[in-house]
Amino acid sequence: MIDVRNAVKQIGGSLVLDGVSFSLAEGGMYGIIGPNGAGKSTLLSLLSGVETAGAGAVVLRGKSVRSYKRKDLARWIAVLQQEGLPMTAFTVREVVGMGRFPHQNWLGSEEKDAGGLIEHALATLGLMELAERRLSELSGGERQRVALAKVMVQEPELILLDEPTTYLDIGHQLQLLDAVRDWQKRKQLTVVAVLHDLNLAAQYCDRLLVLARGKLEAEGTPADVLTEETICRVYGTHPIVLRHPDSNAPQVLLRPRGAPANL
Amino acid sequence: MLLLILSAVVSISIGSAGYPISKVWAIIIHQLPWNRGEAVEWSALDEAVVIQVRLSRILIGVLVGACLGLAGAGFQGVLRNPLADPYTLGVASGSSIGAAFLILFGLQTAVGIWTVPFVAFVTGMATIFAVFWLARQQGQMRIETLVLAGVIVQAFLGAFVSFMISMSDTVVNEILYWTMGSLSKRNWEHVTLVLPFAAVGLPAIAAFAQPMNLLVLGERQAAHLGVNVERTKLIVLMISTLLTAVAVSVSGVIGFVGLVVPHLIRLIVGPDYRLVVPLSAIFGGIYVLWADTLARTALSPKEIPLGVLTALIGAPFFAYLLKRRKAGLKEG
Repeated sequence: MIDVRNAVKQIGGSLVLDGVSFSLAEGGMYGIIGPNGAGKSTLLSLLSGVETAGAGAVVLRGKSVRSYKRKDLARWIAVLQQEGLPMTAFTVREVVGMGRFPHQNWLGSEEKDAGGLIEHALATLGLMELAERRLSELSGGERQRVALAKVMVQEPELILLDEPTTYLDIGHQLQLLDAVRDWQKRKQLTVVAVLHDLNLAAQYCDRLLVLARGKLEAEGTPADVLTEETICRVYGTHPIVLRHPDSNAPQVLLRPRGAPANL
Repeated sequence: MLLLILSAVVSISIGSAGYPISKVWAIIIHQLPWNRGEAVEWSALDEAVVIQVRLSRILIGVLVGACLGLAGAGFQGVLRNPLADPYTLGVASGSSIGAAFLILFGLQTAVGIWTVPFVAFVTGMATIFAVFWLARQQGQMRIETLVLAGVIVQAFLGAFVSFMISMSDTVVNEILYWTMGSLSKRNWEHVTLVLPFAAVGLPAIAAFAQPMNLLVLGERQAAHLGVNVERTKLIVLMISTLLTAVAVSVSGVIGFVGLVVPHLIRLIVGPDYRLVVPLSAIFGGIYVLWADTLARTALSPKEIPLGVLTALIGAPFFAYLLKRRKAGLKEG
């Protein structure tokens, strides 16, 4: 269970989160959506414990996130960042192997052999041919796949995704989100993803949280939340909401100003 | 390691006194406890030159080099900055100022041989705390601000040292010579001063090798993987500062070792700090040892300041590596 109770966060004098409360049952895929500057990424940083709330509390499995040690948190919480991995001289296999760090003792060894785990993650994400290449030789999309492989090797139970598809083309966006959802379903993991693309969020997430101006504006299934009225209120634009012919998930069509309102 | 021992063997055999190699080694072998009883065919002076002067100097060179190489690897590791080294952070200048002050007022031996090392160490530590304090914003140390703070403090303190040099007409050479770095007139007491720090510093920094690897991916990434980033940075910076201050207090300012050595190691064995840290210590020792051997023999009997020599060798070498690396990246 993930509980956020009246979380408040100020950054550089401006109020980024203004009393956000929600709780999420484990084992689902949750999306956080909202306009720029709504506090989505900040909320994710509070959940991962790298930042602490100015007021209120973030409670993970009955304990305040602040009471966990960094390494204990990393044993079951992993984060996939928007900007991906930097261009370093480490090879793909080395970086993926770094995902085992929270499970290792200070000498760098662990009880079980993680070799199979690393191979499996490399194979799942189609990184086998790239395994011995340096990160500096890979494209942005390939590095993001390496980052996901590293997250998989970490064997988390809660995965936080911070706009992981921002710098990817649509093919790679789907590939990444498919990999995450398959994994989530197979292992009954909890995924909390900040997503920019409402249509992807609607198709991949069980529930959506809508954040605007540091407050929680709406919460529910994609069909509940992605209505023309809510989107208009939060984003200040009047879209058309249709149903996806395959999944029946709500899909948002944008309507530029000046276009005819009804044909 | 083999290279280190080999370097030491060659280095000890060369010197301005012009002893034959066989004599040098006979003296050294005689020092081994089970050989002490045998008859000697050299004077006490010869023995003193080899054991008190040359052997101790070689050990200090190796230890100082190891400390500087380690400190450089530590600084570069946690600051993720190729420009970070004991000198860019102002630690060396901080240590210099304490020593220069003592030399200016003729207090070098006020409390015995340890006076200069101790004061240099204290001012070095004070400097790094000042740099940390300047760089600390909202409880976090940002990498850019830290290096910038180091440069500012270094410029300020460097001006003070220059001021003290200009103030003292009579002892000008001594301060100047110290800021240029030298291993001459060092003895076994200096060895015992540096040895424990090098012996503890190596495993201490090596213990943080894997966290430093994760830091290469970025501070956030490292934190998400379970690294206590602020604590790691603080501890490694403290140990590296300590190693620098000890090295500087014994040998004066020897530049470019902490900068060049870890870079060179990284180019050879790759970015993994589990290899870079111990190899930087070993190679740092070799580097300073050879530089010092060159310094005391090249223009013998005159000595070239060691810091001048390491900079003369180090800077062009560094430029060459940088160029080659760029070219290599383009081809790859």
